[in-house]
Amino acid sequence: MQAFEYANPTTKEEAVRLLANQWGEAEILAGGTDSLSLMKDHVSTPRRVVSLQAIKELRGIEFKPATGLRLGAMATLSELIESAAVRREYPALVEAAEGVRSPQILNMGTVGGDLCQRPRCWYFRAGYGLLARDDGKALVPEGENQYHAILGNSGPAYFVNPSSLAPALIALGAKVRVFGPQGTREVGLDKFFLTPASDDQRECDLKANEILTDILVPPAKGTKMAIYEVRQREALDYPLAAAAVVLRLDGKTVKSARVVLGHVAPVPWPAPEAEAVLVGKTISEAVADEAGKAAVSKATPLSKNAYKVQLARVAVKRAILRAAQGGA
Amino acid sequence: MSWKKDKVRKPAKPNEALTRRDFLQGAGVAVSGGLLVGREPAIAASPDEKAKVLGPEAVPITLRINGKAQKLTLEPRVTLLDALRNHLDMTGAKKMCDRGTCGACTVILDGKAVYACSVLAIAAQGKEILTIEGLAAGGKLHPVMTAFVEHDAHQCGFCTPGFVMASKAFLDKNPNPLQQDVEEGLGGNLCRCGVYVGVRQAALDAAKARLGEKGGKAHGKV
Amino acid sequence: MAKCKYDWPEAGQRKLIGKRISRVTGPAMASGQAKYSYDINRPGMLYARLLACPYAHAKIKSIDTSEAEKLPGVKTVRIIQRVGTEIQWAGDEIVAVVAEREEIAEDALRRIKVEYEKLPHIVHEEDLSQVGDRAKPAAEQRTGDPDAAFKDPDAVISEGYYGLPVIIHCTPETHGGVAEWVDAENLRVWISTQNVSGLPPQIAETLGTPVTNIQALCEYMGGGFGSKFSPDRWGIEMARLAKDVGKPVKLMLQREHDSMVAGARPSYFAKIRVAAKKDGTLTGWESDTWGTGGPGGATLPPIPYVLNVPNQIKRHTSVATNVGPARAWRAPGHPQACYLTMTALDDLAAKLNMDPIEFLMKNLALAKPREQIYRQELQKAAELAEWTKNWHPRGDKSPGPIKRGLGVSIHTWGGGGHNSLCNVAIHPDGSVEITLGSQDLGTGTRTVIAITAAETFGLPVEAVTVNIGDSKYPPSGGSGGSTTVGGVSGSTRRGCVDALEQLFAAVAPGLGVPAEQLEAADGRIQVKGDAAKSLTWKQACAKLGVKSVQVQGKNPGPCQLGSSGVGGVQIADVSVDTETGIVKINKMVAVQDCGLIIDLKTAENQCYGAITMGIGYSLFEEKIMDQVTGRMLNPNLDSYKLAGIGDIGEIVVHMMTGPGYDDRGVIGLGEPPVIAPGAAISNAVANAIGVRVPTLPLTPAKVLAALAKGGIA
Repeated sequence: MQAFEYANPTTKEEAVRLLANQWGEAEILAGGTDSLSLMKDHVSTPRRVVSLQAIKELRGIEFKPATGLRLGAMATLSELIESAAVRREYPALVEAAEGVRSPQILNMGTVGGDLCQRPRCWYFRAGYGLLARDDGKALVPEGENQYHAILGNSGPAYFVNPSSLAPALIALGAKVRVFGPQGTREVGLDKFFLTPASDDQRECDLKANEILTDILVPPAKGTKMAIYEVRQREALDYPLAAAAVVLRLDGKTVKSARVVLGHVAPVPWPAPEAEAVLVGKTISEAVADEAGKAAVSKATPLSKNAYKVQLARVAVKRAILRAAQGGA
Repeated sequence: MSWKKDKVRKPAKPNEALTRRDFLQGAGVAVSGGLLVGREPAIAASPDEKAKVLGPEAVPITLRINGKAQKLTLEPRVTLLDALRNHLDMTGAKKMCDRGTCGACTVILDGKAVYACSVLAIAAQGKEILTIEGLAAGGKLHPVMTAFVEHDAHQCGFCTPGFVMASKAFLDKNPNPLQQDVEEGLGGNLCRCGVYVGVRQAALDAAKARLGEKGGKAHGKV
Repeated sequence: MAKCKYDWPEAGQRKLIGKRISRVTGPAMASGQAKYSYDINRPGMLYARLLACPYAHAKIKSIDTSEAEKLPGVKTVRIIQRVGTEIQWAGDEIVAVVAEREEIAEDALRRIKVEYEKLPHIVHEEDLSQVGDRAKPAAEQRTGDPDAAFKDPDAVISEGYYGLPVIIHCTPETHGGVAEWVDAENLRVWISTQNVSGLPPQIAETLGTPVTNIQALCEYMGGGFGSKFSPDRWGIEMARLAKDVGKPVKLMLQREHDSMVAGARPSYFAKIRVAAKKDGTLTGWESDTWGTGGPGGATLPPIPYVLNVPNQIKRHTSVATNVGPARAWRAPGHPQACYLTMTALDDLAAKLNMDPIEFLMKNLALAKPREQIYRQELQKAAELAEWTKNWHPRGDKSPGPIKRGLGVSIHTWGGGGHNSLCNVAIHPDGSVEITLGSQDLGTGTRTVIAITAAETFGLPVEAVTVNIGDSKYPPSGGSGGSTTVGGVSGSTRRGCVDALEQLFAAVAPGLGVPAEQLEAADGRIQVKGDAAKSLTWKQACAKLGVKSVQVQGKNPGPCQLGSSGVGGVQIADVSVDTETGIVKINKMVAVQDCGLIIDLKTAENQCYGAITMGIGYSLFEEKIMDQVTGRMLNPNLDSYKLAGIGDIGEIVVHMMTGPGYDDRGVIGLGEPPVIAPGAAISNAVANAIGVRVPTLPLTPAKVLAALAKGGIA
């Protein structure tokens, strides 16, 4: 880790003033579960670290039937799991968080941190940049791309978005509040994640001097929701593919559906193709399978990750079936 | 790391990109650890509080470890794990992965298991830190430790303190677990020798012993 | 055979040996009090870090350390490999830095400028057509008449491709230690090592310091698995650095560096043909193998494994790659040989429509001299796995995507005791000390010594103090090859029997009987057959006056206390999700013999642990190298995947004991149970899905690819 100065603001205004106006100079410290590793690996070498841990207004989880859920960006994943309201109203979020498996990470890691964590791409972590290039040559297409993107991977980004919560939150129609020098702005979470076109761009719509403050989730009453993660190990392990599904039913017929894939593209990947299959149908194994197939119909696997197409398809199918059976 | 594809910047000179470069000046001079200690809940500070930026050089830090205040002078970049091991000679928490994955450095912070390698020491101020040394205070083994010994839940023993701390935190929260709960609750710790069979039994047994003391009824080994 | 005086007590006489006894180091480990080399903090100690080469193959063109030297807090910068040196793997050490604090040492590394001339590298070996002149074929080996065996029109021939990649040791405590010059001539090192007694000669040779001036210490060590026998370059460097700066220096490898350079198990890939008669009798073996252990390549593994198939042709190609060099990995060569052989035989059994256990039984004559042992172990394992009920021919035909299967494998190992000297002391106050230059890797060395001594003296285990982990103690062998338990139990037993004789001699006059009529039991020294005539242990020791009994124990020595050669059978019971390719372990059964077991609890734990490690390398582990950059891509534990607590299923261990086993004496156990899991699990997966997944680890990608080629049916 390179030496840095440490700031521990107690308000978001203060925090934003302490941040730099370009990336790389200052980094935000939320739970620390990812940011410290990035600094130890010298992937991130900030001169200042701004902790958000003392900012009380970034904490808290509140639910109101009329307006829905507010997750403070600094609410921990444990707090999310333990929230009675979240358990009752948004079981898919609980399942998504529990997928992390490590109680230590759940205790430290924050909701905002989960959304803003950097990709696990091993080229990125080894210092080859977000776009994984060596002497200008992209390393992923011909390299060890078994865990890389199968969708949205026409380049130059090949990593996958690592967030556990994002697919479910996007399927639930969540938006985020971002606070910066110009005040607060709201962004749909589906628009928050970006595919960088160059190494100095980030993978989310956050400027260097902005912080994520809240995640707002609309009420989900009357929906059925589930996630499904395909993970090789039971212990702490990033999923190989995941899907989140939120269904609104009319009797047995699907009125509307949101299907979002995780760990398959540089951003959480909405699958309108799958949604189109579901609307107007009664959920059955065949329908779910067809939706899974549709979800990955545009997949363009790399040399070593064709298997992920199948995993994503199965994740969608199983998430749909679980949702239809009554949710997570 | 030293062989990273190296695009290191030059070591810092005061930096124009930082929005409030005045914070850089005299950082750590006007600052004492006292400002941060007892910060919970928030200290009353005006938005312009200059002394909010500490370091990068070593600054005074006070950590409350096993009920005792420990005063140190550390750079902000020093992790809680390195503070314990390199500065306090408390070596029960181990450095195995140093990347928030293996759990060998697990300590309990305000009642919750955390990876000490992923906490900055400076950020652990004002919190109650329980380490393995504190759990075995007075030379008496904690019941979780006794269960580990009984079930031989260790071989080389390097990951063991982390597993013991994770188990203690887990059982505090889940006093009557099933085997599957144990597997999920200790999913943040890794062992290379492969002592999970013993750890599973030890955790279940420690729960049983504690419930027995309290007259409760345990699930037993499921 | 006449009773020999050092012989182990008869079964009925054993109070401790063979029982389940908690390891004596348990409380220190569980309470965090155990001090590992990584935990040693010496007054004034400084921290060293190593700069490693980022390229897999390169020549050093220039090294500029000036900026690092200028950094406040840096005490010395030392060039390890000079300009002009050709580096053969990424991670090889170039420069060492010592600084007041670890963080400063790290800062200093980043100010060192090294220029390299990049040279062509090869880090992948599975596709032999891509390795060019790195392939070094060995001479073909032939026995019997393989051509005839394969040409026999009645022969059933199975042909397949099998392999397993390079994996790493991944010791929990990385390599390294602390060096301290006690004075200008005398060096003390705390090193994480499997070889306490063997270190000073190795260090002495390189440093040019007399062996007598070097003391190596290792009280506790965090795992070696075969990778920690030598002081290594870092061990030598830390001694040199400590001399340069005149202060103790700690040098521990960082995890990712350790993963790259400090231990790898060679890969092997193979095209194998096996032939049998229609009744299952094996008649022929033909194999083309290749593999790498880094720059040194890899020699032919011991195939065909266990079953010495008549009529063989073996062709092997060693591939030199620019991957961190191989080290002995727990049972060197055997997990790979076992995997290649037992998978090929399992495929042949399937082709013969034979139950694989029946097939193995049929061919056990080829497993001499352990034919009967394997027969008993196969029966026991089948019973514990409920084989008859749960096994089915290849391809689980039950509905749904989850398919269950069972697979079996057998293995062997030596494990005879190494050379060991110990000092046994009985003190006038009744305390007992066993002192020897051995080490406890987590295998329970201290516990085995304590039990052996306690049994011999008729004392409780807690009454024995065991001193190990110091090269100044009487030398004992390195802990490799599963030789430690046999070695230290032998030396301890002999030393204790001799020491007891001296105690008897001191006590006999007072009890009015000849010394030969005395025995030690239940904390007393008593007259055989007349327990009323006795002294407590303490009273007896008081008769020694002021002089302790000091006796040297030795292994090998008179009387047969141990032997070599074990067998083992493992059965895996798995479920495969055929839609995702994910394999879950339901149950692993291990039946293992290792002669006379000293501590059943730690012995069983060795099996649990080895199987857990086996699950890891069967399902998850691989040293993933990038051909373009030449780098290991998964050197940290988030990406180098070890099995976790939820991944192991149920593990059932049965140790073979009693007549036919105990009378072989003590044999080591550290390695054998890690050998069979790969083949057992792979065979179980093939049984579940009806098709072989050729190579480990059994990742979803490979399972799905195999299924796509055909399966279940």
